[in-house]
Amino acid sequence: MPLIETVELCQKYDGRDILRNINLKVERGEVLALIGPTGAGKTTLLRLLDLLEMPSSGKIYFEGRDATQSKKVGFQMRKRMAFVIQKPIVFNASIYDNIACGLRWRGAEKSSLRQKVSTILEMIDLSAHQHRNARTLSGGEAQRVAIARAIVIEPEVLLLDEPTANLDPLSAAKIEELITSIIHQYGTTIVMATHDMSQGQRLANRIGVLINGEILQTGDPREVFTLPMSREVAEFVSTDNIIDGIIVSGEGGMVSVDIGGSKIIEAISGYPVGEEVSVCVRPENITLTLSKTTSSARNSFLGQITGVVSMGPLSRIEMDCGFRLVALVTRRSAEELALEKGKQVYATFKATAVHILRRN
Amino acid sequence: MSEIWQGLVKAIELIVTLDPEVMGIAGRSLAISVTATLFAGVICLPLGSLIHFNRFIGKRTLINLIQTFYSIPTVVVGLFVFLLFSRAGPLGGLNLLFTPTVMIIGQAMLITPVLLGLTISALSGVDKAIPETARSLGASDFQAVVVVLREARFAVIAAILLAFGRAISEVGLALMVGGNIRGFTRVFTTAISLETSKGDIELAIALGIILILIALIINIVLNRLQQR
Repeated sequence: MPLIETVELCQKYDGRDILRNINLKVERGEVLALIGPTGAGKTTLLRLLDLLEMPSSGKIYFEGRDATQSKKVGFQMRKRMAFVIQKPIVFNASIYDNIACGLRWRGAEKSSLRQKVSTILEMIDLSAHQHRNARTLSGGEAQRVAIARAIVIEPEVLLLDEPTANLDPLSAAKIEELITSIIHQYGTTIVMATHDMSQGQRLANRIGVLINGEILQTGDPREVFTLPMSREVAEFVSTDNIIDGIIVSGEGGMVSVDIGGSKIIEAISGYPVGEEVSVCVRPENITLTLSKTTSSARNSFLGQITGVVSMGPLSRIEMDCGFRLVALVTRRSAEELALEKGKQVYATFKATAVHILRRN
Repeated sequence: MSEIWQGLVKAIELIVTLDPEVMGIAGRSLAISVTATLFAGVICLPLGSLIHFNRFIGKRTLINLIQTFYSIPTVVVGLFVFLLFSRAGPLGGLNLLFTPTVMIIGQAMLITPVLLGLTISALSGVDKAIPETARSLGASDFQAVVVVLREARFAVIAAILLAFGRAISEVGLALMVGGNIRGFTRVFTTAISLETSKGDIELAIALGIILILIALIINIVLNRLQQR
Protein backbone atom coordinates (compact mmCIF):
# COMPACT_ATOMS: atom_id res chain seq x y z
CA MET A 1 0.00 0.00 0.00
CA PRO A 2 1.42 3.41 -0.89
CA LEU A 3 1.97 5.81 2.00
CA ILE A 4 0.08 8.55 0.20
CA GLU A 5 -2.26 8.16 -2.70
CA THR A 6 -4.32 10.79 -4.41
CA VAL A 7 -7.28 9.85 -6.56
CA GLU A 8 -8.71 12.24 -9.15
CA LEU A 9 -7.67 15.15 -6.99
CA CYS A 10 -8.93 18.54 -8.20
CA GLN A 11 -8.69 22.01 -6.75
CA LYS A 12 -10.46 25.12 -7.91
CA TYR A 13 -10.03 28.69 -6.68
CA ASP A 14 -12.91 30.99 -7.64
CA GLY A 15 -14.01 28.61 -10.36
CA ARG A 16 -10.54 28.44 -11.87
CA ASP A 17 -8.92 25.00 -12.17
CA ILE A 18 -5.63 24.91 -10.29
CA LEU A 19 -5.21 21.15 -10.22
CA ARG A 20 -6.91 18.62 -12.45
CA ASN A 21 -7.24 14.88 -11.84
CA ILE A 22 -4.06 14.32 -9.92
CA ASN A 23 -3.41 10.62 -9.43
CA LEU A 24 -0.22 10.26 -7.52
CA LYS A 25 1.25 7.52 -5.38
CA VAL A 26 4.03 8.11 -2.91
CA GLU A 27 5.74 5.05 -1.48
CA ARG A 28 7.27 5.03 1.99
CA GLY A 29 10.91 6.14 1.93
CA GLU A 30 10.91 7.57 -1.55
CA VAL A 31 11.93 11.04 -2.57
CA LEU A 32 9.52 12.46 -5.10
CA ALA A 33 10.24 15.74 -6.81
CA LEU A 34 7.38 17.64 -8.37
CA ILE A 35 8.89 19.72 -11.09
CA GLY A 36 7.14 22.26 -13.22
CA PRO A 37 7.13 25.91 -14.10
CA THR A 38 6.04 28.57 -11.63
CA GLY A 39 2.27 28.64 -11.32
CA ALA A 40 1.81 25.02 -12.35
CA GLY A 41 0.08 24.17 -9.08
CA LYS A 42 2.98 22.60 -7.16
CA THR A 43 2.36 24.59 -3.98
CA THR A 44 -1.36 23.87 -4.08
CA LEU A 45 -0.66 20.15 -4.45
CA LEU A 46 1.70 20.20 -1.46
CA ARG A 47 -0.85 22.13 0.59
CA LEU A 48 -3.46 19.53 -0.25
CA LEU A 49 -1.11 16.68 0.65
CA ASP A 50 -0.51 18.39 4.00
CA LEU A 51 -4.30 18.75 4.44
CA LEU A 52 -3.89 22.49 4.95
CA GLU A 53 -6.76 22.88 2.54
CA MET A 54 -9.45 20.54 1.32
CA PRO A 55 -9.73 19.57 -2.35
CA SER A 56 -12.75 20.64 -4.37
CA SER A 57 -13.06 17.02 -5.45
CA GLY A 58 -11.07 13.81 -5.26
CA LYS A 59 -9.51 11.95 -2.37
CA ILE A 60 -6.23 11.77 -0.53
CA TYR A 61 -5.46 8.47 1.14
CA PHE A 62 -2.89 8.29 3.86
CA GLU A 63 -1.92 4.65 4.46
CA GLY A 64 -5.19 3.71 2.83
CA ARG A 65 -7.28 5.94 5.08
CA ASP A 66 -9.28 8.77 3.53
CA ALA A 67 -7.71 11.89 5.02
CA THR A 68 -10.22 14.23 3.40
CA GLN A 69 -13.24 12.80 5.19
CA SER A 70 -13.15 15.35 8.03
CA LYS A 71 -11.05 18.18 9.42
CA LYS A 72 -10.28 16.03 12.44
CA VAL A 73 -8.82 13.16 10.42
CA GLY A 74 -6.96 15.71 8.30
CA PHE A 75 -5.42 17.20 11.44
CA GLN A 76 -4.38 13.74 12.69
CA MET A 77 -2.66 13.08 9.37
CA ARG A 78 -1.09 16.52 9.23
CA LYS A 79 0.53 15.86 12.61
CA ARG A 80 2.44 12.98 11.03
CA MET A 81 3.87 15.26 8.36
CA ALA A 82 5.86 18.46 8.25
CA PHE A 83 5.72 21.07 5.54
CA VAL A 84 8.41 23.64 4.85
CA ILE A 85 6.77 26.45 2.92
CA GLN A 86 8.61 28.35 0.24
CA LYS A 87 9.25 31.63 2.01
CA PRO A 88 11.26 30.72 5.11
CA ILE A 89 9.16 31.95 8.00
CA VAL A 90 10.67 31.87 11.46
CA PHE A 91 8.84 32.79 14.62
CA ASN A 92 9.94 35.84 16.58
CA ALA A 93 11.73 33.69 19.16
CA SER A 94 15.12 32.10 19.68
CA ILE A 95 16.45 29.54 17.21
CA TYR A 96 16.08 26.92 19.94
CA ASP A 97 12.41 27.77 20.57
CA ASN A 98 11.72 27.83 16.84
CA ILE A 99 12.99 24.31 16.46
CA ALA A 100 11.33 23.08 19.64
CA CYS A 101 7.81 24.30 18.80
CA GLY A 102 6.63 21.25 16.85
CA LEU A 103 7.73 18.93 19.65
CA ARG A 104 6.04 21.13 22.26
CA TRP A 105 2.76 21.05 20.34
CA ARG A 106 2.99 17.28 20.39
CA GLY A 107 3.53 17.33 24.16
CA ALA A 108 7.06 15.97 24.02
CA GLU A 109 8.84 15.22 27.27
CA LYS A 110 11.32 17.92 28.33
CA SER A 111 14.49 15.83 28.37
CA SER A 112 13.87 14.13 25.03
CA LEU A 113 12.89 17.50 23.54
CA ARG A 114 16.16 19.07 24.63
CA GLN A 115 18.18 16.17 23.30
CA LYS A 116 16.41 16.10 19.93
CA VAL A 117 16.69 19.84 19.46
CA SER A 118 20.41 19.87 20.21
CA THR A 119 21.04 17.01 17.78
CA ILE A 120 19.30 18.95 15.03
CA LEU A 121 21.05 22.18 15.95
CA GLU A 122 24.36 20.42 15.40
CA MET A 123 23.14 19.06 12.11
CA ILE A 124 22.35 22.53 10.80
CA ASP A 125 25.51 23.95 12.32
CA LEU A 126 23.76 26.58 14.44
CA SER A 127 24.39 25.19 17.96
CA ALA A 128 26.51 28.17 18.92
CA HIS A 129 23.69 30.60 18.09
CA GLN A 130 20.75 28.70 19.56
CA HIS A 131 19.72 31.57 21.84
CA ARG A 132 19.82 34.17 19.11
CA ASN A 133 16.51 35.50 17.83
CA ALA A 134 15.73 33.64 14.61
CA ARG A 135 14.56 36.88 12.99
CA THR A 136 18.17 38.02 12.79
CA LEU A 137 19.16 35.12 10.53
CA SER A 138 20.02 35.37 6.84
CA GLY A 139 17.72 33.78 4.25
CA GLY A 140 19.80 30.63 3.99
CA GLU A 141 20.12 30.24 7.74
CA ALA A 142 16.40 30.86 8.23
CA GLN A 143 15.66 28.16 5.68
CA ARG A 144 17.96 25.76 7.54
CA VAL A 145 16.07 26.52 10.76
CA ALA A 146 12.77 26.02 8.94
CA ILE A 147 13.88 22.61 7.69
CA ALA A 148 15.34 21.66 11.08
CA ARG A 149 12.07 22.68 12.73
CA ALA A 150 10.25 20.32 10.39
CA ILE A 151 12.50 17.28 10.72
CA VAL A 152 12.94 17.48 14.50
CA ILE A 153 9.41 16.09 14.90
CA GLU A 154 10.57 13.08 12.87
CA PRO A 155 7.72 13.32 10.39
CA GLU A 156 6.77 10.35 8.29
CA VAL A 157 6.48 12.68 5.33
CA LEU A 158 8.46 15.83 4.75
CA LEU A 159 6.97 18.27 2.25
CA LEU A 160 9.35 20.86 0.85
CA ASP A 161 8.22 23.74 -1.34
CA GLU A 162 11.05 25.18 -3.43
CA PRO A 163 13.56 24.72 -0.60
CA THR A 164 16.30 26.68 -2.35
CA ALA A 165 14.32 29.34 -4.20
CA ASN A 166 15.61 32.87 -3.59
CA LEU A 167 18.85 31.61 -2.05
CA ASP A 168 22.36 32.31 -3.24
CA PRO A 169 24.17 29.30 -4.78
CA LEU A 170 26.25 28.66 -1.66
CA SER A 171 23.25 28.65 0.69
CA ALA A 172 21.31 26.56 -1.82
CA ALA A 173 24.12 23.99 -1.88
CA LYS A 174 24.05 23.84 1.93
CA ILE A 175 20.30 23.24 1.92
CA GLU A 176 20.67 20.46 -0.63
CA GLU A 177 23.40 18.93 1.51
CA LEU A 178 21.04 19.08 4.48
CA ILE A 179 18.24 17.43 2.55
CA THR A 180 20.63 14.70 1.38
CA SER A 181 21.71 13.99 4.94
CA ILE A 182 18.06 13.87 6.06
CA ILE A 183 17.39 11.30 3.36
CA HIS A 184 20.35 9.20 4.49
CA GLN A 185 19.94 9.56 8.25
CA TYR A 186 16.18 9.44 8.67
CA GLY A 187 14.95 7.75 5.51
CA THR A 188 12.07 10.23 5.57
CA THR A 189 9.59 10.11 2.72
CA ILE A 190 9.99 13.41 0.93
CA VAL A 191 7.78 15.19 -1.56
CA MET A 192 9.43 18.34 -2.81
CA ALA A 193 8.40 20.94 -5.33
CA THR A 194 11.04 22.58 -7.44
CA HIS A 195 11.26 24.45 -10.69
CA ASP A 196 14.94 23.54 -10.85
CA MET A 197 15.13 20.37 -12.93
CA SER A 198 18.69 19.60 -12.02
CA GLN A 199 17.83 19.81 -8.34
CA GLY A 200 15.09 17.28 -8.89
CA GLN A 201 17.60 15.08 -10.65
CA ARG A 202 20.14 15.39 -7.84
CA LEU A 203 17.84 14.74 -4.91
CA ALA A 204 14.89 12.67 -6.04
CA ASN A 205 14.50 9.05 -7.00
CA ARG A 206 11.24 9.77 -8.79
CA ILE A 207 10.02 12.80 -10.63
CA GLY A 208 6.55 14.02 -11.42
CA VAL A 209 6.18 16.73 -14.02
CA LEU A 210 3.34 19.09 -13.15
CA ILE A 211 2.36 21.53 -15.86
CA ASN A 212 -0.83 23.61 -15.93
CA GLY A 213 -2.33 21.73 -13.02
CA GLU A 214 -1.83 18.26 -14.47
CA ILE A 215 0.75 15.58 -13.86
CA LEU A 216 2.00 14.88 -17.37
CA GLN A 217 4.64 12.30 -16.58
CA THR A 218 6.14 10.46 -13.66
CA GLY A 219 9.20 8.29 -13.69
CA ASP A 220 12.78 8.06 -12.58
CA PRO A 221 14.75 11.23 -13.25
CA ARG A 222 16.78 9.82 -16.14
CA GLU A 223 13.70 8.63 -17.92
CA VAL A 224 11.86 11.92 -17.56
CA PHE A 225 14.81 13.93 -18.77
CA THR A 226 15.82 11.79 -21.70
CA LEU A 227 12.46 10.39 -22.76
CA PRO A 228 9.82 13.06 -22.20
CA MET A 229 6.39 11.78 -23.14
CA SER A 230 4.93 14.99 -24.45
CA ARG A 231 5.99 18.23 -26.02
CA GLU A 232 5.12 20.20 -22.86
CA VAL A 233 7.39 18.00 -20.76
CA ALA A 234 10.11 18.14 -23.39
CA GLU A 235 9.91 21.91 -23.49
CA PHE A 236 10.21 22.06 -19.74
CA VAL A 237 13.03 19.56 -19.25
CA SER A 238 15.04 20.79 -22.21
CA THR A 239 13.78 23.96 -23.79
CA ASP A 240 16.17 23.68 -26.75
CA ASN A 241 16.01 21.61 -29.92
CA ILE A 242 12.44 20.47 -30.32
CA ILE A 243 11.93 20.24 -34.05
CA ASP A 244 8.63 19.27 -35.72
CA GLY A 245 8.61 16.85 -38.65
CA ILE A 246 6.99 13.82 -40.31
CA ILE A 247 8.35 10.29 -40.45
CA VAL A 248 9.02 9.58 -44.10
CA SER A 249 10.64 6.18 -43.93
CA GLY A 250 11.33 3.53 -41.36
CA GLU A 251 13.11 0.22 -41.26
CA GLY A 252 14.26 -1.98 -38.38
CA GLY A 253 13.54 0.59 -35.74
CA MET A 254 15.45 3.30 -37.59
CA VAL A 255 13.30 6.14 -38.94
CA SER A 256 13.94 9.19 -41.07
CA VAL A 257 12.13 12.36 -40.08
CA ASP A 258 11.57 15.06 -42.68
CA ILE A 259 11.83 18.35 -40.81
CA GLY A 260 11.24 20.51 -43.88
CA GLY A 261 13.68 22.27 -46.16
CA SER A 262 14.77 18.85 -47.45
CA LYS A 263 16.47 18.12 -44.14
CA ILE A 264 16.23 14.64 -42.72
CA ILE A 265 17.01 13.59 -39.15
CA GLU A 266 17.58 9.91 -38.47
CA ALA A 267 16.46 8.45 -35.19
CA ILE A 268 15.49 5.27 -33.36
CA SER A 269 11.73 5.00 -33.04
CA GLY A 270 8.84 2.61 -33.46
CA TYR A 271 6.40 5.14 -34.87
CA PRO A 272 5.02 4.39 -38.35
CA VAL A 273 5.63 6.28 -41.57
CA GLY A 274 3.41 9.33 -41.91
CA GLU A 275 3.32 10.01 -38.17
CA GLU A 276 3.63 13.68 -37.19
CA VAL A 277 6.37 13.90 -34.60
CA SER A 278 8.64 16.24 -32.69
CA VAL A 279 12.36 15.52 -32.64
CA CYS A 280 14.18 16.25 -29.37
CA VAL A 281 17.95 16.47 -29.19
CA ARG A 282 19.62 17.40 -25.91
CA PRO A 283 22.15 20.19 -26.55
CA GLU A 284 24.91 18.39 -24.67
CA ASN A 285 24.66 15.46 -27.12
CA ILE A 286 25.64 17.57 -30.11
CA THR A 287 29.28 17.66 -31.21
CA LEU A 288 30.65 20.63 -33.13
CA THR A 289 33.51 20.37 -35.63
CA LEU A 290 34.97 22.68 -38.23
CA SER A 291 35.13 20.08 -41.01
CA LYS A 292 32.83 17.22 -41.87
CA THR A 293 33.77 14.17 -39.79
CA THR A 294 33.63 10.55 -40.83
CA SER A 295 32.19 9.40 -37.51
CA SER A 296 29.42 6.82 -37.23
CA ALA A 297 26.96 9.49 -36.15
CA ARG A 298 24.06 9.54 -38.55
CA ASN A 299 23.11 13.17 -38.35
CA SER A 300 25.44 15.95 -39.43
CA PHE A 301 24.38 19.45 -40.49
CA LEU A 302 26.35 22.44 -41.65
CA GLY A 303 25.24 25.58 -39.93
CA GLN A 304 26.16 29.13 -39.16
CA ILE A 305 26.65 30.25 -35.57
CA THR A 306 24.14 32.92 -34.60
CA GLY A 307 25.14 33.33 -30.99
CA VAL A 308 27.62 32.21 -28.33
CA VAL A 309 26.69 32.53 -24.65
CA SER A 310 29.23 31.69 -21.98
CA MET A 311 27.70 29.79 -19.04
CA GLY A 312 30.56 29.26 -16.59
CA PRO A 313 32.46 26.15 -17.67
CA LEU A 314 30.12 25.62 -20.63
CA SER A 315 29.30 27.59 -23.73
CA ARG A 316 25.90 27.60 -25.37
CA ILE A 317 26.15 27.77 -29.13
CA GLU A 318 23.12 28.74 -31.19
CA MET A 319 23.18 27.83 -34.87
CA ASP A 320 21.11 28.16 -37.99
CA CYS A 321 21.30 24.88 -39.91
CA GLY A 322 18.23 25.67 -41.95
CA PHE A 323 16.51 25.05 -38.65
CA ARG A 324 17.49 26.35 -35.23
CA LEU A 325 19.86 24.14 -33.27
CA VAL A 326 21.50 24.70 -29.88
CA ALA A 327 24.58 22.89 -28.65
CA LEU A 328 26.39 22.89 -25.33
CA VAL A 329 30.17 22.52 -25.46
CA THR A 330 32.86 23.07 -22.87
CA ARG A 331 34.27 26.57 -22.84
CA ARG A 332 37.67 25.09 -23.59
CA SER A 333 36.57 23.45 -26.82
CA ALA A 334 34.66 26.59 -27.79
CA GLU A 335 37.94 28.48 -27.45
CA GLU A 336 39.95 25.82 -29.30
CA LEU A 337 37.52 25.88 -32.21
CA ALA A 338 37.37 29.68 -31.94
CA LEU A 339 33.58 29.52 -32.12
CA GLU A 340 32.05 32.90 -32.75
CA LYS A 341 29.07 34.46 -34.39
CA GLY A 342 29.01 34.00 -38.18
CA LYS A 343 31.37 31.00 -38.21
CA GLN A 344 30.39 27.85 -40.14
CA VAL A 345 30.43 24.58 -38.18
CA TYR A 346 29.22 21.01 -38.53
CA ALA A 347 26.77 19.88 -35.83
CA THR A 348 26.76 16.13 -35.44
CA PHE A 349 24.67 13.81 -33.27
CA LYS A 350 23.88 10.11 -33.18
CA ALA A 351 20.55 8.61 -34.08
CA THR A 352 20.42 7.21 -30.56
CA ALA A 353 20.72 10.72 -29.10
CA VAL A 354 17.42 11.67 -30.72
CA HIS A 355 14.16 11.25 -28.84
CA ILE A 356 10.99 11.13 -30.92
CA LEU A 357 7.69 12.40 -29.57
CA ARG A 358 4.35 11.94 -31.21
CA ARG A 359 2.51 15.21 -31.78
CA ASN A 360 -1.12 15.24 -30.74
CA MET B 1 4.12 82.89 40.78
CA SER B 2 5.50 82.37 44.27
CA GLU B 3 2.29 80.58 45.19
CA ILE B 4 2.90 77.99 42.47
CA TRP B 5 6.51 77.65 43.50
CA GLN B 6 5.54 77.11 47.12
CA GLY B 7 2.93 74.63 45.99
CA LEU B 8 5.54 72.72 44.06
CA VAL B 9 7.96 72.57 46.98
CA LYS B 10 5.18 71.45 49.29
CA ALA B 11 4.05 68.87 46.76
CA ILE B 12 7.50 67.31 46.56
CA GLU B 13 7.57 67.25 50.33
CA LEU B 14 4.25 65.37 50.34
CA ILE B 15 5.61 62.82 47.92
CA VAL B 16 8.98 62.37 49.62
CA THR B 17 7.44 62.00 53.07
CA LEU B 18 4.96 59.46 51.67
CA ASP B 19 1.99 61.48 52.91
CA PRO B 20 -0.79 58.99 53.82
CA GLU B 21 -3.49 60.97 51.99
CA VAL B 22 -1.43 61.18 48.78
CA MET B 23 -0.33 57.56 48.96
CA GLY B 24 -3.87 56.41 49.68
CA ILE B 25 -5.20 58.14 46.59
CA ALA B 26 -2.31 56.89 44.44
CA GLY B 27 -2.76 53.31 45.62
CA ARG B 28 -6.52 53.40 45.07
CA SER B 29 -6.14 54.92 41.60
CA LEU B 30 -3.64 52.28 40.55
CA ALA B 31 -5.69 49.44 42.02
CA ILE B 32 -8.88 50.53 40.25
CA SER B 33 -7.28 51.21 36.86
CA VAL B 34 -5.06 48.11 36.88
CA THR B 35 -8.06 45.94 37.74
CA ALA B 36 -10.15 47.60 35.04
CA THR B 37 -7.35 47.04 32.49
CA LEU B 38 -7.00 43.40 33.52
CA PHE B 39 -10.73 42.83 33.12
CA ALA B 40 -10.76 44.55 29.75
CA GLY B 41 -7.73 42.49 28.71
CA VAL B 42 -9.34 39.22 29.67
CA ILE B 43 -12.32 40.15 27.51
CA CYS B 44 -10.53 41.85 24.61
CA LEU B 45 -7.68 39.45 23.84
CA PRO B 46 -9.88 36.39 23.18
CA LEU B 47 -12.62 38.51 21.60
CA GLY B 48 -10.13 40.32 19.38
CA SER B 49 -8.63 36.96 18.29
CA LEU B 50 -12.10 35.65 17.58
CA ILE B 51 -12.90 38.65 15.39
CA HIS B 52 -9.53 38.56 13.64
CA PHE B 53 -9.42 34.84 12.87
CA ASN B 54 -12.99 34.40 11.72
CA ARG B 55 -14.58 35.53 8.53
CA PHE B 56 -18.13 36.79 8.87
CA ILE B 57 -20.51 39.23 7.30
CA GLY B 58 -20.16 42.74 8.70
CA LYS B 59 -16.63 42.21 10.02
CA ARG B 60 -15.37 45.41 8.43
CA THR B 61 -18.33 47.37 9.80
CA LEU B 62 -17.81 45.93 13.26
CA ILE B 63 -14.15 46.96 13.25
CA ASN B 64 -15.11 50.46 12.06
CA LEU B 65 -17.64 50.68 14.85
CA ILE B 66 -15.07 49.62 17.44
CA GLN B 67 -12.66 52.24 16.14
CA THR B 68 -15.37 54.90 16.34
CA PHE B 69 -15.66 54.23 20.06
CA TYR B 70 -11.93 54.86 20.60
CA SER B 71 -12.65 58.49 21.32
CA ILE B 72 -15.95 58.20 23.11
CA PRO B 73 -16.09 60.97 25.77
CA THR B 74 -15.60 59.59 29.24
CA VAL B 75 -18.61 61.49 30.51
CA VAL B 76 -20.82 59.67 28.01
CA VAL B 77 -19.65 56.31 29.34
CA GLY B 78 -20.09 57.80 32.82
CA LEU B 79 -23.66 58.77 32.03
CA PHE B 80 -24.40 55.31 30.63
CA VAL B 81 -22.94 53.52 33.66
CA PHE B 82 -24.67 55.93 36.00
CA LEU B 83 -28.05 55.24 34.41
CA LEU B 84 -27.33 51.52 34.45
CA PHE B 85 -26.50 51.42 38.16
CA SER B 86 -28.63 54.25 39.58
CA ARG B 87 -31.39 53.18 41.90
CA ALA B 88 -34.00 53.32 39.12
CA GLY B 89 -31.70 51.71 36.56
CA PRO B 90 -31.76 48.06 35.45
CA LEU B 91 -28.81 47.17 37.72
CA GLY B 92 -29.79 49.55 40.55
CA GLY B 93 -30.61 46.64 42.81
CA LEU B 94 -26.92 45.76 43.06
CA ASN B 95 -26.30 48.97 45.03
CA LEU B 96 -22.96 49.52 43.33
CA LEU B 97 -23.18 53.20 42.48
CA PHE B 98 -20.44 55.28 44.12
CA THR B 99 -18.23 52.26 44.86
CA PRO B 100 -14.79 51.34 43.47
CA THR B 101 -16.44 48.32 41.83
CA VAL B 102 -18.60 50.43 39.56
CA MET B 103 -15.57 52.57 38.73
CA ILE B 104 -13.72 49.44 37.62
CA ILE B 105 -16.70 48.39 35.49
CA GLY B 106 -16.95 51.86 33.99
CA GLN B 107 -13.24 52.15 33.18
CA ALA B 108 -13.22 48.64 31.70
CA MET B 109 -16.12 49.65 29.44
CA LEU B 110 -14.36 52.87 28.52
CA ILE B 111 -11.15 51.19 27.38
CA THR B 112 -12.67 48.09 25.79
CA PRO B 113 -13.01 49.66 22.30
CA VAL B 114 -9.39 50.86 22.27
CA LEU B 115 -8.02 47.59 23.56
CA LEU B 116 -10.19 45.51 21.25
CA GLY B 117 -9.39 47.60 18.20
CA LEU B 118 -5.68 47.70 18.87
CA THR B 119 -5.60 43.96 19.58
CA ILE B 120 -7.21 43.30 16.21
CA SER B 121 -4.76 45.57 14.41
CA ALA B 122 -1.84 44.00 16.32
CA LEU B 123 -2.95 40.58 15.10
CA SER B 124 -3.46 41.87 11.55
CA GLY B 125 0.14 43.04 11.60
CA VAL B 126 1.37 39.46 11.91
CA ASP B 127 2.45 37.80 8.66
CA LYS B 128 -0.36 35.61 7.32
CA ALA B 129 2.17 32.83 6.81
CA ILE B 130 2.80 32.56 10.56
CA PRO B 131 -0.40 30.69 11.53
CA GLU B 132 -0.04 28.66 8.34
CA THR B 133 3.51 27.68 9.25
CA ALA B 134 2.38 26.70 12.73
CA ARG B 135 -0.41 24.53 11.33
CA SER B 136 1.94 22.93 8.84
CA LEU B 137 4.16 21.91 11.76
CA GLY B 138 1.26 20.18 13.47
CA ALA B 139 -0.23 22.95 15.62
CA SER B 140 -3.95 22.76 16.32
CA ASP B 141 -6.07 25.77 15.40
CA PHE B 142 -5.91 26.97 19.01
CA GLN B 143 -2.13 26.53 19.18
CA ALA B 144 -1.81 28.48 15.93
CA VAL B 145 -3.81 31.36 17.46
CA VAL B 146 -1.48 31.36 20.47
CA VAL B 147 1.50 31.53 18.10
CA VAL B 148 0.04 34.61 16.39
CA LEU B 149 -0.73 36.28 19.73
CA ARG B 150 2.84 35.61 20.79
CA GLU B 151 4.15 37.08 17.55
CA ALA B 152 2.04 40.19 18.19
CA ARG B 153 3.00 40.35 21.86
CA PHE B 154 4.79 43.71 21.76
CA ALA B 155 1.95 45.41 19.93
CA VAL B 156 -0.56 43.81 22.29
CA ILE B 157 1.38 44.95 25.35
CA ALA B 158 1.52 48.44 23.88
CA ALA B 159 -2.26 48.33 23.44
CA ILE B 160 -2.71 47.28 27.06
CA LEU B 161 -0.47 50.09 28.31
CA LEU B 162 -2.31 52.66 26.21
CA ALA B 163 -5.63 51.41 27.54
CA PHE B 164 -4.33 51.62 31.09
CA GLY B 165 -3.18 55.17 30.43
CA ARG B 166 -6.65 56.13 29.27
CA ALA B 167 -8.24 54.49 32.31
CA ILE B 168 -6.05 56.14 34.95
CA SER B 169 -6.15 59.60 33.42
CA GLU B 170 -9.87 60.00 32.87
CA VAL B 171 -11.89 62.12 35.26
CA GLY B 172 -15.48 62.41 34.06
CA LEU B 173 -16.47 58.83 34.64
CA ALA B 174 -14.68 58.52 38.00
CA LEU B 175 -16.48 61.58 39.24
CA MET B 176 -19.94 60.63 37.96
CA VAL B 177 -20.07 57.02 39.08
CA GLY B 178 -17.46 57.05 41.87
CA GLY B 179 -18.64 60.20 43.55
CA ASN B 180 -15.17 61.26 44.77
CA ILE B 181 -15.75 59.96 48.28
CA ARG B 182 -12.71 60.62 50.41
CA GLY B 183 -10.86 57.46 51.36
CA PHE B 184 -13.19 55.31 49.29
CA THR B 185 -13.58 56.37 45.67
CA ARG B 186 -11.32 59.41 45.51
CA VAL B 187 -8.67 58.90 42.84
CA PHE B 188 -5.94 61.03 41.24
CA THR B 189 -8.05 62.90 38.78
CA THR B 190 -11.07 63.56 40.96
CA ALA B 191 -8.82 64.64 43.83
CA ILE B 192 -6.86 67.03 41.63
CA SER B 193 -10.02 68.58 40.29
CA LEU B 194 -11.52 68.97 43.77
CA GLU B 195 -8.35 70.26 45.49
CA THR B 196 -7.76 72.79 42.73
CA SER B 197 -11.24 74.23 43.07
CA LYS B 198 -10.74 74.30 46.84
CA GLY B 199 -7.49 76.21 46.37
CA ASP B 200 -5.39 73.43 47.96
CA ILE B 201 -2.78 73.68 45.22
CA GLU B 202 0.03 71.64 46.79
CA LEU B 203 -1.95 68.39 47.09
CA ALA B 204 -3.21 68.83 43.53
CA ILE B 205 0.31 69.40 42.21
CA ALA B 206 1.69 66.43 44.16
CA LEU B 207 -0.95 64.13 42.67
CA GLY B 208 -0.38 65.65 39.24
CA ILE B 209 3.35 64.95 39.47
CA ILE B 210 2.74 61.32 40.41
CA LEU B 211 0.26 60.95 37.56
CA ILE B 212 2.78 62.38 35.10
CA LEU B 213 5.46 60.06 36.51
CA ILE B 214 3.20 57.09 35.86
CA ALA B 215 2.60 58.32 32.30
CA LEU B 216 6.35 58.72 31.89
CA ILE B 217 7.04 55.17 33.06
CA ILE B 218 4.42 53.83 30.65
CA ASN B 219 6.03 55.78 27.85
CA ILE B 220 9.52 54.51 28.62
CA VAL B 221 8.27 50.92 28.69
CA LEU B 222 6.40 51.50 25.41
CA ASN B 223 9.46 52.95 23.73
CA ARG B 224 11.60 50.07 24.89
CA LEU B 225 9.08 47.62 23.45
CA GLN B 226 8.87 49.38 20.12
CA GLN B 227 12.62 49.37 19.75
CA ARG B 228 12.79 45.58 20.02
